[in-house]
Amino acid sequence: MLATMERSNQQEMNVSNAPQPNVFEVKDFNLWYGNDHALKDIQFDILENNVTAIIGPSGCGKSTFIKSLNRMVELVPSVRISGELLYRGRNILSSKYGVEELRTKVGMVFQKPNPFPKSIYENVAYGPRIHGIRDKKLLDEIVETSLKGAAIWDEVKDRLGENAYGLSGGQQQRLCIARCLAIEPDVILMDEPTSALDPISTLKVEELVQELKKNFSIIIVTHNMQQAARISDKTAFFLSGELIEYNETSTMFSNPDDKRTEDYITGRFG
Amino acid sequence: MELINREKVVKRIETRLLKNTLSKWMFLLAASFGLIVLGVLLYRIFTQGIGYLDSGFFTNFASRRPEEAGIKAAIFGTIWLMIITGPVSIILGVGCAIYLELYARKNKLTRFIQMNISNLAGVPSIVFGLLGLTVFVRMMEMGRSVLAGGLTMSLLILPIIVVAAQEALRSVPKELQEASYGMGATKWQTIVRVILPAAIPGILTGGILALSRAVGETAPLIMIGALTFVAFVPESIWSGFTVMPIQIFNWTSRPQAAFHDVAAAGIIVLLFMLILMNSIAIIIRNKFSKRY
Repeated sequence: MLATMERSNQQEMNVSNAPQPNVFEVKDFNLWYGNDHALKDIQFDILENNVTAIIGPSGCGKSTFIKSLNRMVELVPSVRISGELLYRGRNILSSKYGVEELRTKVGMVFQKPNPFPKSIYENVAYGPRIHGIRDKKLLDEIVETSLKGAAIWDEVKDRLGENAYGLSGGQQQRLCIARCLAIEPDVILMDEPTSALDPISTLKVEELVQELKKNFSIIIVTHNMQQAARISDKTAFFLSGELIEYNETSTMFSNPDDKRTEDYITGRFG
Repeated sequence: MELINREKVVKRIETRLLKNTLSKWMFLLAASFGLIVLGVLLYRIFTQGIGYLDSGFFTNFASRRPEEAGIKAAIFGTIWLMIITGPVSIILGVGCAIYLELYARKNKLTRFIQMNISNLAGVPSIVFGLLGLTVFVRMMEMGRSVLAGGLTMSLLILPIIVVAAQEALRSVPKELQEASYGMGATKWQTIVRVILPAAIPGILTGGILALSRAVGETAPLIMIGALTFVAFVPESIWSGFTVMPIQIFNWTSRPQAAFHDVAAAGIIVLLFMLILMNSIAIIIRNKFSKRY
């Protein structure tokens, strides 16, 4: 909750010069896997309390990009990076910026629901626990708030002690979102969060995203262009490692600037 | 215009079926050969040894008279050996596996080390006996103690445990680790809270199977000079000792035929212990597998 307060302060501070501050500023960002140049001179700003969709064909670098925002991409051993990634004005690529600190502010939801083989309660309490919270009452409160925040509380409140693997795929994904909310992040990264889900579960997650954007900035990678059109405010289109176009979603899908964007969203390739 | 001659195909069917049946019986024969030999061995041992397998057999020490000979010293020696070998080899082995699998960079050096660990698992046990004799008994002056024996056995099964533990660590889904890192967990927190709990069944199974190999090993202990005629239970890690396979070996090499029957009784006890350990490993594996 502290994070929310901080955010609103920041918002007030920035009101005079800019109506909507940036959470991320990407400057000349390049990334290589070995000799493979996966992201080329990416440059754009991501706005606060927005849903920013990243679309593009398979292998265009969109997942790599979103994983760079919380430096998860560094788990791949051969990765090299250049340029700047500013999160709230500070370069997260700097060696002074600890990844652990960054990831408490920039949470992530993955493509495949990946709950731990623990109880529902323990899954949500995992984040607070690793950050040193031991107070049982506080943990209970965090778990309840997070599960409510992820719109899954009513479905699981009577079986918090049961193994998370007993939930359906869609419930597991919302549990993962709750687990992410439990560390009270500022930004939530979602890497194709609905690609493994059925249409009804997908709809629930999409509704949830709309709800979450009131308090969080959301960056979502999606394969599904209709999904991007439905839920995002801004859309970035990536193609073979380059940012082709970054625009208001409504503009992007009705009147794109670039011919390649038009070809992609009308289904001519990809 | 037919490319395939139906008649010939029909003619060939019979030979094809014959080959099919023949191969089935051939493989059945291959499989039953080992089982039959094992069956004969078990039958011989049970008929020979069952007579000596009374309560006295478990409470008596070694003796010159077959009817008074017992396996007590060897059982306790084996237990002492396990008490040393188990923790030492599992702690060192899992530690090594965690480093190689989760910390070490994958380069030529680690690949070389990796290859050598796999090779060590195939080195004859007597070589480890020589190593134990040189390092533990002589250089570190532990003497022919149960400590020296336990450490030698640890070395022998260390490579097996390392390989099994690495396998178990590797099979923990990457997604779970990502989830943990993604919330700002450190590597150590991720290992303790996510990776190890998921890998422990595999590690335990490998550990118990490796230990059961150590229970049956004789050569390295003979090499470091474990005693063959022991009339006492080890009292400390510095005591001399014997183990079940050595005791059995000792009995079978005696001239009196009655001692061969005593050896058979010893083999029954050893077999029972090994089956028990392997069953525990299988139970652990079945209980914890298919969790993802």
